[in-house]
Amino acid sequence: MAIPRYNGRFGKAQAERLLWRAGFGPRQGEAERLAKLGLDGAVRSLTRPGPEKLVGPAPKDDKGRPLAPIDAYGHDHLWWLDRMVRTSRPLAERMTLVWHDWFATSNAGVGSQRLMLQQNGLLRRHALGSFKELLLEITVDPAMLLWLSGTENSRRSPNENYARELMELFTLGEGNGYTERDVREQARALTGWRYTWRRGAGATDFRFDRERHDPGQKVVFGRRGTFDWRDACNLCLQHPRHPRFVVEKLWSAFVPVPPDDATRAELERLYRADHRVRPVLEAVLAHPALYTGPRMVKPPVVYLAGLLRGLGRGIDTASWVWLGGMAGQRLFYPPDVAGWDDTRWLDTATFRGRWALANYALGPYSLSDRKGPTVPNDPEAIVKGALKVLGEPTIRPATRALLLRFARSSLAGAKTGWKAKAYPPLVANAVRQLLATSPDYQTS
Amino acid sequence: MARCCSDYTRTALIRRGVAEAGRGLPAIEPGMPVPAGSGLSRRDFVARSLGLALAVYGGGSLLPDAFEEGIEAAAAADPQGRVLVSVFLDGGADSLSMLFPAEDPVYRALRPRLALPGDQGTPFAEDARLRWHPSLGGLATLHAEGKLSVAPGIGYTTPNQSHFTSRHYYEVGATSVRARTGWLGRYLDRVGRPDNPLQGLSLDNRLQPALATARLPTAAIDGPDRYDFWTRGVWGEVADRMLAAMRDLGSLPHGGDAGLAVAADAALQSHRLYGQLLPFKPKEGSTGIPSPVPYPVSEDAFPRRLAGLAAMLAAGLPVRVVALRAPGMYDTHDSQPGELAESLQLTADSLLAFQRDLEARGLADRVLVHVWSEFGRRAKENGSDGTDHGAAGIGLLLGSRVAGRLIGEFPGLQKLDEQGNLRATSDFRGLYCALLEQWLGADAEAIVPGARSFRQPQLLRA
Repeated sequence: MAIPRYNGRFGKAQAERLLWRAGFGPRQGEAERLAKLGLDGAVRSLTRPGPEKLVGPAPKDDKGRPLAPIDAYGHDHLWWLDRMVRTSRPLAERMTLVWHDWFATSNAGVGSQRLMLQQNGLLRRHALGSFKELLLEITVDPAMLLWLSGTENSRRSPNENYARELMELFTLGEGNGYTERDVREQARALTGWRYTWRRGAGATDFRFDRERHDPGQKVVFGRRGTFDWRDACNLCLQHPRHPRFVVEKLWSAFVPVPPDDATRAELERLYRADHRVRPVLEAVLAHPALYTGPRMVKPPVVYLAGLLRGLGRGIDTASWVWLGGMAGQRLFYPPDVAGWDDTRWLDTATFRGRWALANYALGPYSLSDRKGPTVPNDPEAIVKGALKVLGEPTIRPATRALLLRFARSSLAGAKTGWKAKAYPPLVANAVRQLLATSPDYQTS
Repeated sequence: MARCCSDYTRTALIRRGVAEAGRGLPAIEPGMPVPAGSGLSRRDFVARSLGLALAVYGGGSLLPDAFEEGIEAAAAADPQGRVLVSVFLDGGADSLSMLFPAEDPVYRALRPRLALPGDQGTPFAEDARLRWHPSLGGLATLHAEGKLSVAPGIGYTTPNQSHFTSRHYYEVGATSVRARTGWLGRYLDRVGRPDNPLQGLSLDNRLQPALATARLPTAAIDGPDRYDFWTRGVWGEVADRMLAAMRDLGSLPHGGDAGLAVAADAALQSHRLYGQLLPFKPKEGSTGIPSPVPYPVSEDAFPRRLAGLAAMLAAGLPVRVVALRAPGMYDTHDSQPGELAESLQLTADSLLAFQRDLEARGLADRVLVHVWSEFGRRAKENGSDGTDHGAAGIGLLLGSRVAGRLIGEFPGLQKLDEQGNLRATSDFRGLYCALLEQWLGADAEAIVPGARSFRQPQLLRA
């Protein structure tokens, strides 16, 4: 049986949701353009994009200098944020973020922006490709080897760190079809990797060293063999519980409620064929649950990248680094190997972080009665203007009415005197800030 | 800005990750200890009744509501409980500059460029050889009032000169690389409550390893005065209306949409917390939280964290042990004079303000401050206007109840160890035992390994 496909109206609002879920929100006019392609055309434009074109001003720091993502503190974050803002392949970039969250590696444990960016390139290369190739490469990726003790895992002193997460977090799910003995045996299979520490350069020359590998018999998932690291990965990929784990986790990155059984079974079938994720993504992105189900809270970096895309603003300040931390998402520093908790993005601390993000994003567009265009003393025009600055996001009528009420009551006592001139820009700035932090805009 | 050594940088980098990550740390040196607190999970909640946004470490499966009740109950059970505040001078503070042997020709010979002029700073009343660093006037004042005890040569046998390892020893209260709990954490595990995370308070964005417990919860808070919704180009009554509209947006019906409900709740709760924290908000034109005494004005969080702590204690919060970092970077391999003076000035002035604040609030008899660093620095200066890692260093105890007497004598420069470092004249574990038994009323033997083998100084005035 075929997977259900959304067959309702595919207009600007639906295209807008698709761009937020499968990318980083629309640029000005982008949702309308995407809607014209229809559902299938829109989905395929995301899953089968052309070559990367970076659109918009090149990124720079506060002094106008180019970024130094390998060397300068925080420029790793800025460099990736810029890709999110300027990319012409939003889904590929979004999937890179999904994989970063999936194989969550933190530079707090790696200590090298160079190795983190190298891993980031790996994730991007496989963004829309084969999970199998991705898993094999990330298993021996230098940053991952450092992060999960892969280079401390040797025949003499096995370290179970990667073996456990390989099954618990990356391919099967906690306690799902493996035993503690499988963890120990997989750890033995994964032995053999090492690096050389060079003063000045740090960890270099990551390599497989036969001397450190345990070549003996292992028993994993009841199968016997002289397994090595490739076998360790393949055993997980062939595990009968693996396809379900992958499609459910992938689904949850785009749709906040679990798939029905029939849909899930079909997605598994699509995935099982050859471990490719593109067919799964195409099915998920055309599924009715994405368009008719509840809204999702935008991850903080998605929220910010989308704000900047809507505003048409490039990366021009390093403030995004600490503000990202405040909002609960510093790229390359997930809280632990389980990644960010996508069900708990918003609390009183991170809400304030998002408020600050919006405030800084809107900063250069801030209005005053001393400079810039005159703001009319007209509540309706002020609300319209705020929507325009942010790229015409779709909001609920009740939200629009509330913003209008706020503008009206704030200007009520400002018909004459100094307030008549001073208040309209204050109110306009406030409406923009309220719009950008409204429940409507925080979710998609 | 002085450069610090690469070991220091890596230490800082890795330690940032540990309390939250705890897993998969790369070894940066052979036998490197895993920092205390590794593997403790973190979650955030808001103690609503008290208006505090806390990050809680450990604490099993208790719900935030249980913590809120626990905090209330703990406050009611022991309103006059004693408090110990641990202040860390990060990087290895140069004790030979903090209290310098002004007239000693060996000092001038070892430090031809860095030796402080003999007429600067205040003489140290307990030892005629020594003078206070000119930036430590605040400490000199407290010492003159009998509110400061100095351990001028604190350390341990077979000193380790790695930032990472030596700091770890001080944090866990043992010269063991395997210990995973902090010495104050073990104290809390013995006497604390399962439902009061405020009992161990890291005044930082993250857990301080000395407070790492094995089973009971502790909390981290940056400060109670930092919760605002500043918006560029919006002020006055429009700003007030804007915050009301933020609340109203959160109150709009969400039609059962779970995503909208989460975003709406966040707006509502944030607005409520904002209201609850208004009493801690700085007054117009002031930078700190409302305090009866002035604190130094600084970009650094230290003075405002101390001011916040005094306000929290005055509000009756059941805080027992506190840990925070002093301002500045003490790993002064080069450009030591300017860098060190600045760090010391802000640290000492803030600590003096904190003591005055506690006195003004009538809390001074309940609080004792312990200042420590992972080691002192080499007696001989290096070739780049700095000093390298040493062994014995300085420890300080501040408070209205302290004896105000030397803990061990100044070791002097005549008998340095084979690496040219100061020899220890007191052991940090003896000081810890004394703090546990004489100040906190706990059994040191259950907390500090080999407790009975260390001599306990007399800490409190009779």
